[in-house]
Amino acid sequence: MTFALALEIVLAAVVLTGAVWTIASRETLPAVAGFVAYGLLLALVWVRLGAPDVALTEAAIGSGLTGALLVSAAARLRSSEGPMAVERPDVILRVLAAVLSAAVTTALAISVLLLPDPAPTLATAAAENAAATGLGNPVTNVLMAFRAMDTMLEKIVLLLALVGVWSLAPDRLWGGRPGPRHHADPQGVLAFVARVLPPVGIIVGIYILWTSADHPGGAFQGGTILAAMWLLVMMAGLTDAPPVSERRQRLLLLAGPVVFLIVGLGGLAFGDAFLAYPMAYAKPLILAIEFAMIVTIAVTLGLLVAGPPEREAGS
Amino acid sequence: MSFALDIMTIVAVSVSAFFFLAGTVGLLRFPDTLTRLHALTKADNLGLGLLVLGLLPQAESLRGGIKLICVWIIVLLAGATVSQLIAYAARREGSQL
Repeated sequence: MTFALALEIVLAAVVLTGAVWTIASRETLPAVAGFVAYGLLLALVWVRLGAPDVALTEAAIGSGLTGALLVSAAARLRSSEGPMAVERPDVILRVLAAVLSAAVTTALAISVLLLPDPAPTLATAAAENAAATGLGNPVTNVLMAFRAMDTMLEKIVLLLALVGVWSLAPDRLWGGRPGPRHHADPQGVLAFVARVLPPVGIIVGIYILWTSADHPGGAFQGGTILAAMWLLVMMAGLTDAPPVSERRQRLLLLAGPVVFLIVGLGGLAFGDAFLAYPMAYAKPLILAIEFAMIVTIAVTLGLLVAGPPEREAGS
Repeated sequence: MSFALDIMTIVAVSVSAFFFLAGTVGLLRFPDTLTRLHALTKADNLGLGLLVLGLLPQAESLRGGIKLICVWIIVLLAGATVSQLIAYAARREGSQL
């Protein structure tokens, strides 16, 4: 048995342990901690599988951002957790849930095992046409050119998710500021790090987008880092979340999808099809879309974590 | 020269593995939040620091080496901040997490 194989077996075992721990944990907060660790370990699995783009996304979105969302959800549920734990669902319901989960897992496992060998793939087609866009990273090629429609719809879904979160606001607070106002010692360690880290984080976030032309990275991963920096500054009390009715913020939220749509319609008007980039301008157009997208993604993700409006705009 | 660098890598990474192991044992065995944090930050600071020191001679380029050092500095900053915040929360609540 080689060292690499031993490492992979240990990694798989630890990931499975993390998954079981997350499900079996009775309390919400330890389960969230388990989920975050599970996501980071899963990112290592993707690295081992030679998919660094997926690994970055898993670490940033799957573990980091989802973890932050779940932590804030767990904090909100804290007061009601005690009474909820007493009302456990009855045996039949739990058995049904277990059977359903096991059935889904078994179906997934069977379909993976039944895949023809070699598995059907479009990787060769994507690699053959890689020169068409002038980008060196095949994943960015697929996301921004060959399957650009999916990526665009994904951005719109993200916007709908934010509308969903905002719609939880009570009527009288509509247009107010999201979440509680955070206060921290202005001389304290959190305020210090919220001043020191964002310049570094902003550079890293933009670098991850810029480098995605030829190396692993992308607007989503970079945007998550930008969102994290914004959230850090908000949590340190150095700035407040803007009211959801603010015009500038609404424009930033729309920037990504709108630029995407305009380029797409341009392709329809001047080119062959919706989202067909003219060959000569493919790379600049893709970069323009990605830069608009990273802004929208950063603002959307930050606002998703900040939550629905809870305060008057003037507060 | 490359032999000496390899020796440096092996020694530094081995010592770093020791600090990670000791930090993990401490995290599991120490009685309360503050002492556990103490164990955890040793793994972050010394363990990761020695790991980066050991990997530096193997870096493919100057750029790669600088990236490694940046990772270490950022983890130091994050680790120190988070452990201060946890310690502060633990003291305020007087709990033994």
